[in-house]
Amino acid sequence: MEQENTTSWWLTAIQLGLIGGVVAILASLIGMVESFHARDIIAGQISMGETLLLLIMIGFAYSSSRNEQSPISTRVTSGVITGVTISLTIVLFVMLGAVVNLRSIFVNASPTLYKILTLEISNTALAYVAIVVVGAIVSLAASLVHGATPFWKRVISSGFFIVLLLALLQDLIRITLTPFPFITEVLSWMFGRRGQEGLSILGAIVVFLIVAGVIYNDAKHGAARRARREALPEATKRTRRWVSWGLLGVFLLIWPRIAGPVLSDVTNSVGLYILMGLGLNIVVGYAGLLDLGYVAFYALGAFTMGVLTTTGGEIFFDVRWTFWEALPFAVIVAVLAGIMLGIPVLKIRGDYLAIITLGFGEIIRIMFLSDFLKPYFGGSFGIVSIASPTIGGIVLDSSQTLYYVILAACFVALFVAHRLRDSRIGRAWKAIREDEDVAQAMGINLTATKLLAFATGAAFGGLSGAIFAAKLSTVYPHSFTLITSINVLALIIVGGMGSLPGVIVGGLLLAGLPELLREFSEYRLLIFGILLIVMMLNKPEGFLPEAVHKREFHEDENLSHAAGG
Amino acid sequence: MANILTAETVTKRFGGLTAVNTLSIEIPERSIYSVIGPNGAGKTTFFNCITGFYKPEEGDIVFNGRSILGLSSDQINIRGISRTYQNIRLFSNLTAIENLLVGQHPLMKATLFGPIFGTAATKREEKAALEESLRLLNFIGLAKKGDLLARNLPYGDQRRLEIGRALASKPKMLLLDEPTAGMNPNETEEMTKFIRHLRDELGITILLIEHDMRVVMGISEKITVLDYGEKIAEGTPKDIQGNQRVIEAYLGRGTAGQVNH
Repeated sequence: MEQENTTSWWLTAIQLGLIGGVVAILASLIGMVESFHARDIIAGQISMGETLLLLIMIGFAYSSSRNEQSPISTRVTSGVITGVTISLTIVLFVMLGAVVNLRSIFVNASPTLYKILTLEISNTALAYVAIVVVGAIVSLAASLVHGATPFWKRVISSGFFIVLLLALLQDLIRITLTPFPFITEVLSWMFGRRGQEGLSILGAIVVFLIVAGVIYNDAKHGAARRARREALPEATKRTRRWVSWGLLGVFLLIWPRIAGPVLSDVTNSVGLYILMGLGLNIVVGYAGLLDLGYVAFYALGAFTMGVLTTTGGEIFFDVRWTFWEALPFAVIVAVLAGIMLGIPVLKIRGDYLAIITLGFGEIIRIMFLSDFLKPYFGGSFGIVSIASPTIGGIVLDSSQTLYYVILAACFVALFVAHRLRDSRIGRAWKAIREDEDVAQAMGINLTATKLLAFATGAAFGGLSGAIFAAKLSTVYPHSFTLITSINVLALIIVGGMGSLPGVIVGGLLLAGLPELLREFSEYRLLIFGILLIVMMLNKPEGFLPEAVHKREFHEDENLSHAAGG
Repeated sequence: MANILTAETVTKRFGGLTAVNTLSIEIPERSIYSVIGPNGAGKTTFFNCITGFYKPEEGDIVFNGRSILGLSSDQINIRGISRTYQNIRLFSNLTAIENLLVGQHPLMKATLFGPIFGTAATKREEKAALEESLRLLNFIGLAKKGDLLARNLPYGDQRRLEIGRALASKPKMLLLDEPTAGMNPNETEEMTKFIRHLRDELGITILLIEHDMRVVMGISEKITVLDYGEKIAEGTPKDIQGNQRVIEAYLGRGTAGQVNH
């Protein structure tokens, strides 16, 4: 028995190492390593591609050293065995690549890839040794961190994460902070000269130290500070809350000035996704009706806006309305479509509902694409020359001005979703999500309640689509594929079903990051897939799960709030 | 006393199986009425017929002078019939208070625009509903547990919360499907008192499915015994205890009066 146990742990370690090696090779062969190599994390030292390989090693070594009750020495050894196995697998792969021309099958097995994998060391034998050494060191570090105290674990993982994040988002940071000359000075020192990518070595160390300092400070004084804040009088707390909301408001208002046109455009895409997420969150998150055809409402909103405001091409409805005149109609059309979809699917649940809504989304797209309706919607050529919104004679046609329309729409949607969440209808939605039969037996009219969910969700989708049409000033059926529905759904799953802050975080992560990190866009779906699997395994409730609304202990506050405002 | 609910020759079939067979029952207002019988006798099916989960093939169910046959379960709830379930079916990811608030759904009016614009009427209604929930929470003995998620409550509390949720819609009649299932003697005793209290204090008619004979004999005013979907006996607890057919139906599990599972 004893014997079996001791053999099994290192076998498991090797097994994990082999899996890690295969993952690393896979990442190399699909071109991820090479295309990520173009971006530096530490200027001139470590590229994103190398970081990816290191992350794979760290991840596998870390989970290999996870072996519950075994002594620390065994755990560290196990981690190192895994790391070295990954290195050896990579060495084997490089050796194979030297003998066989893998490129005839795997186009990505380029000389550059081998150069990255061999750490750009030209002497083959030396390179192999170096790979193994790196694997050993990295996995040793990873398994030591695993055995470290929670404090050090936090310092190292947060420091590591933030260095990575800063390096990845450096374009964003640099553009945002350009107006402030002093900070630019600091940045150029931290990130190295302009044109160079990634943090400088010194910058990375400084960032790491700052993070460690903050965490150390928090561990030491954080609890006391929080307690002090909690003890403040209610009025002061309220003032502070208002001040922080005010600051956030000011920041949101001046953001397009800081960000410039390109980043504003990214923000606008994120905003439209958040708007859709808020709508789908009502249908899926609140009412639990799995809708895979949500893009249909987005498309309907966009095409309604297009048809009613276009001034170019040979379009059937030549009404040439303004953006604001057409906007309510775009929303109404989406709402009507939501009800029309809702009625036939009232009695359908779960998987079947998902399939039907998926079909609905495709039907709408194909309808706009069809030759039959070409005179109205322009077929695959779509609709061009769609009006931009105007306010008091100012045309909001740039990304920096259109931003405000999207911001306002997001705020309206957030407000509505927030108000509905704890209302009679919101509770009825959640009751249906929990147990449809019981909800009905509690006196909830399923037909009305479900249709309200579909209609409200569709309204936000239609709104988002209408603004989307004005933003691009053209709409094509190709913009409204299934993948949009899936992106929106993924956004609310990652953020946390039913949670409003979750929608915003999900939108920033899933719609914002891929825009900022262009290298990722090719592997977007792969990364989404991995992210979703990891989320479902480790944090199925999402990053910011739906908060439990406390009513009993905050009774007085609640009642006065309900009565007063 | 007038009858609040009358079932006339109700028959429910599932394919070839007749789950409830020409069952007629008259339930007087403000009474505690029990339906008992061996497993699979059709008790829960009968409940499901009353509450609109199933539609009987034959017969009629009259509540408060009007037929409720063919109504959906939400409409039946609005008429004044509420129920609990054999295996607790709370909204498990909502808090206890939220469960009670959902229970008040049919009594409230707000739809979309009231809450969105925060109208005075909606705020008043919400406030009243919250106060009613807190009152109910006290009534079912769950004060201070209102902010816990239903699934995190202990078993006995869940049973009581389910009754509280059913009471929230101010029903005229309450259907309890094995309210003491899985309880120890103490909890059972408490639940029995609670049920009697419901009738005495709130004037609610109680229709009960129960396996615990001590509970049934202790609180029921009238009992109907089902076996294979048919009524085999009806009467006061005393009548039932001495009934030969009832003893036969339960034979093999123990003698009537001691049957307890």
